[in-house]
Formats: sequence, structure tokens, C-alpha cells
Amino acid sequence: MNASMLYGMCGSALVGIGLYGLIVNPQPLRKILSFNLIGSGVFLLFGVIARRGAALGMGGDPVPQALVITGIVVAFSATALAVALLLRLQEASGSATLSSPEPADPPDA
Amino acid sequence: MSALPILIPETTTAGGFLLVLALVLPLASVFAALTLGGRNARRVVMLAIPAGLALAVAIGVELVQSGHTLVYLLGGWAPPLGIALRADGLSVVMLLTTTVVLLAVALFAYSDFQVPENGHEVRAPFMFWTLLLAVWGALNAVFLAGDLFTLYVALELLTFAGVPLVSLEGRSETLQAALRYLLFALLGSVLYMLGAVLLYGTYGTLDIALLAERVRPVPAVIAAAALMTVGLLAKTALFPLHLWLPPAHAGAPAAASAVLSALVVKGSWFLVVRLWFDVMPGVVTPSAAQLLGALGTAAIVVGSVVALRQERLKLLVAYSTVAQIGYLFLMFPLAFGSIGDVPAHGAALTGGLLQVVSHATAKAGMFMAAGLIYAALGHDRIADLAGVARAMPVTVLAFALAGLALMGVVPSGAYLAKKLMLDAADGSGQWWWVVVLQGGAVFTAGYVVLVLVSVLRSRSGSMPLVKPVSRLSELAALGLSTSSLLLAFAALGPVPGDLVSSPLAPKELGTTLAVVLGGALLALGLSRRSLFGAAPVDSAANEGALRRSVVAVGAAFELADRLIRRWQFASIGLLMLVALLGGLLVFGSPG
Repeated sequence: MNASMLYGMCGSALVGIGLYGLIVNPQPLRKILSFNLIGSGVFLLFGVIARRGAALGMGGDPVPQALVITGIVVAFSATALAVALLLRLQEASGSATLSSPEPADPPDA
Repeated sequence: MSALPILIPETTTAGGFLLVLALVLPLASVFAALTLGGRNARRVVMLAIPAGLALAVAIGVELVQSGHTLVYLLGGWAPPLGIALRADGLSVVMLLTTTVVLLAVALFAYSDFQVPENGHEVRAPFMFWTLLLAVWGALNAVFLAGDLFTLYVALELLTFAGVPLVSLEGRSETLQAALRYLLFALLGSVLYMLGAVLLYGTYGTLDIALLAERVRPVPAVIAAAALMTVGLLAKTALFPLHLWLPPAHAGAPAAASAVLSALVVKGSWFLVVRLWFDVMPGVVTPSAAQLLGALGTAAIVVGSVVALRQERLKLLVAYSTVAQIGYLFLMFPLAFGSIGDVPAHGAALTGGLLQVVSHATAKAGMFMAAGLIYAALGHDRIADLAGVARAMPVTVLAFALAGLALMGVVPSGAYLAKKLMLDAADGSGQWWWVVVLQGGAVFTAGYVVLVLVSVLRSRSGSMPLVKPVSRLSELAALGLSTSSLLLAFAALGPVPGDLVSSPLAPKELGTTLAVVLGGALLALGLSRRSLFGAAPVDSAANEGALRRSVVAVGAAFELADRLIRRWQFASIGLLMLVALLGGLLVFGSPG
């Protein structure tokens, strides 16, 4: 097993753990963390691909690295937005749960 | 329409700078709105969107005159190292539709979202106008981007702009709906990015034109296709991945709902089209396309039946969106059913595009009309809508016209789309999609008839109107509905004229009547309350066995919908769909 294989497996494992967490954890904060885990796994895969490009005689493929940086910025913004929404939800309702799927009726005017 | 030849070697074409302007204008307006503050944000929107409309028209003219795809290479670097912006026929149609709908939404919301004259600045108007511009910029980026990673970023921007629109009012239900939407959309987008990694790892580029030449059905590409497609379906809210859509619409302001339903979900739909038609037509198999069509059919049936059982007008319209999204996916089996038969391919794509444009305009008009009724009455319980037609005739007319346009009555765009898709179904021998296309219209007629009967009922006593509605808002809704209804005339250029017959020709009139009648029967059977009774009667006694069993079926659908919209069910379903689609791409007969 070479290094890029090992990194690839780690990335896949992270994606798997993240997916599991995203599906079974009821708490929104854990879902947000799980999303970040999946994201890290995908970024690791990008790194493996950059490394594989290097194996072809180039000094490392720079494009995946640029993509990863962009991806991290996007994932960071997504996390920030989700956490902000979660905090507001906690403020407004006193609890932070997603577990009322029924659209509630608006307050009657 | 889309398959205009791309110049090779690729250079920036004449008029390519227009594409840059189409991105810079909305994004610069976002910054202007942010810095100038709430009172001026609305002025910025009112200046920027008409300018954007002129720009979209200019891009369209340039495209038609030059006859080939417009390209702009950022910094003069050609792909695979550089990034290209491209505009083909598909992009231009979507650009124009987006700008027109946004303009109507801005006019509709003009008086609702204003900063009080002598008061302090308030959050909702400021955020609404800024987010409207952000949605616009993100959509333009989706339509013009030439590589899959730029598309990913654009799609994320679209989600980030769409999510806060859901929770503009800041009540806890709306915050919860926004969070659900965001988390599910993130799950979809991370799957999309995983697919992008696989594609880059295999071919060393994400440029659409370069990928199109290189892709072969190897395992990594098939996995990428399955992951990306299903990720995008989650963002589009195609059944059974629609868990976020009904709650998001329940609490959002009408203008925000119109933008979400008419435009935001179309962004990810457009990307599925790009993937299937432009990037990997060689990988897609007919049976995988049948799966998309089957999901669409399920969306039409479940969405429509649940829509008929809603008690609130806003939610009825939201569930009708679930059904209409299903309609948008019927073009895939028709286009990929008969490989090699290029005319059917093109007809189905044109039909699907027309469907999107007519749905964007009609559904936005419908949400606006529903919002006006809510604003005027202070509630939107369907059972208490008697007398609305007399009190707000323009609004009801807008709703009715939008309903007719969605049903596909003659000169609407949906009619022409249906016609093209029926031809494609005939041409490729897939009779079952004919049944779905016609049945979908009957379902649509069902909930339109249900609402119209409620609002046309006369009311004893005066109408308690909470608040007068602005005439400008009513006219904006009416304008959009009317344009959807008359879309077939605008589309006659690229489409042979003999497809449109007179709306009063006996054959068309017969079809229309049959559709409306079928819809009325459905509404009669499935609605929660009996359709023509003035008061909710103690029903069990005087209702027949047929009605009772139909009601039971409706209740079962509602229960199933509630189950499917649970988080675990939807996210496991998402993963299973990835597996299923991957399997069909491997084992379906090769395209």
C-alpha cells in the first residue's frame, strides 16, 4: 500500500463517518460537524489527486490545491451560516432541534 | 437549441465581455446595496435589474447574430488551466427568464419591503433586497459557468442566498425550516463535490467542453455521474428528496417563495441538464433516464394528491411545486429514450426548457396571488376563502391565469412544451410517458379548480379585509401569469408554427374541457372538505362509499409524504438513489 492509497482510504473513511453522523444524529450541531467531516474527506481526496498528478513527472498538480482552498472557504461559509441559524433558533425557541417536520400554522391575525 | 458548436481552439469571442458584465452587475449591486443600506437597497435593485434585462437581451442578440456559443476566457487563459464562461441558447433563455421573474418579484415586493418613512432601518427589507440581488448573481453564474467547479461555487452561493430568504420573518418555525433546507442542501452539494473530485482525478479537467470530449463510461465516471446527479436532485427537491420544500414555503414571505420556487430550484435543475446533455451524453443509459422520469411521475402523483388535501392556500401552492418539479424531469427519458434519434432528443430538450420557463413565470405569479390573498385576509385557509373573487378580482384572475398556464391550456408555454414532449414520446415509442403527461395536467387542474371554487363562492355579509393590497403587486402577479399563458407565441420562432392551433378549435377545446372536468372530479373526491358544501357537514352519514375510500387513499398519501419527509428516511433514500442510479448506469443498455 503506497502513500496515496492510504490517504485515499482515509478520505473515504472520513466521508463514510460523516455520512453516518449526518443521518443518525438528531442534533443540528452534530449534523453541521458531520458535514465538515465529509468535507474534509473530500478535500483529502483532492490532495491525493494532486499528488497523483505529481507522480506523472510534474512537481505536484496545483489545480486541485486551488480547488481545495476554494472548497474550504465555501465549507467555512456554509458552517458559519448554519451555526448562525442554529444560534438564532436557540434564541427564538429555547431549543435547538429539527424534529418538528410539520409546517406549523402561522399565528392567526 | 443547446448544441451550438464550440470553437476549437477556444478563444474569447466577440461579445464575450457581456458575460463578464452579467456576473459583475449583480454582484456589484449586492455590494452597493450592502454599503448604502436599507433605504437605498431598493433603489439599487430597481436600477440594476432593468439594466440586467437589457444586458440579457444584448447577450441573446449577440448569440443569435454570431450563431455560435459566446465564450470569455478569464485572463486569457484557455482551459484546462484557465476558466471559461460560456453562453449557449440554454443559458440565454434562462438568463432572460430569471431577469424577467426577478423584475416582477421586485415590483410585487416594492411596497411590502420598504423601510418605514421616519423609523429606524429594519432588517427584513434590507436583507430581502440584498438577497434578491445575490440570488440573481448566483443564478447568472450557474447559467454562464463553463466548468464544474465554478458551477459548484455558484450553486453554493445560490443556496446561501436562498436559505435566509426562508427565514426573513425570524420566527422559530421559519428558522427551523431554513436550517433543514441548508443542511439537506449541503448534503447534496458535498456529494456533488465528491463527484467532481472523481472526474478531475480521471481526466485532469473540470471544463465542460473538454470533459465532453473525453468521458467514457468507466467506473469512476459512473460513480461521479450518480453522486452529482443525486446531489443536485436533493437541491432541486425532486420527490422523494423534497423534505425541506413544504416547510420552507410555509413561513416564507410570498415574494421569497416566488423566488425560491420559480428560480432557486431551477438552478440545480439546470445543472442536471448540463451534466446529462453536455458533459456525459455518452455515459447516460436509457434505463437511468427512465429512473429520473419515474421519480418525476411519483412527484406528480404524490405532490398533487397532498396538495389537494392542504388546508392552507400557501401550502397547496408549495405542494403543487413539488408536483411541477416532477414534470421537469419527464424530459430526460424522452430525450434519452431513443439514442441516435437526434430530432426527438432536441424536441424533448426544447420542451423541457419551455416547461421550465412557463413554470417559473406561472408559479411565481401563483405564489404572489396566494400571498396577496393572505395579506388581505390575514389568513389563507382554503375553506374560508368565499367572497375573495369579488373583493380582489385582479388577484383571483392572476391565480386563474397562472393555473391555466400550468395546466397547459392553448397558447401557454406549458401547452407547447407538452406538445413537443408528446411528439418525442410518440417518436421514441414510449407510450407510458403520454399517460403521465396527460395525467399530470388533470392533477394540476384538480387543485386549481379546488381553489377557484373556494374563492368564487359567494359570501353572506361583508368581506373582512385586514389590509388593502397594493395595485402594483396585483399587476405584477397578473403580468407574470399572463406572460406564461402567452408564452407559446414568443416561442414560435425556434419552434415550427403548426404546433400551435387555435384555442377554440374543437379538438383543443375538447382536451381542455376533459382536463378541467377530470380535475374537478379529482378535487371533488380528494379535497378535505366537500367541495360544494358551504359548511363542513357531518359527512360520514351522507357520503357514499366511493368518496370515503378516495378520502382514505388521500389520507394514506399524506401519511406517506410525512414519513418520506423525515430526515433519516430522506437521507437514506438519497444514498439508495445514488446506488440505484449507479447500478442503472452500469447495467442499463449502453447509450
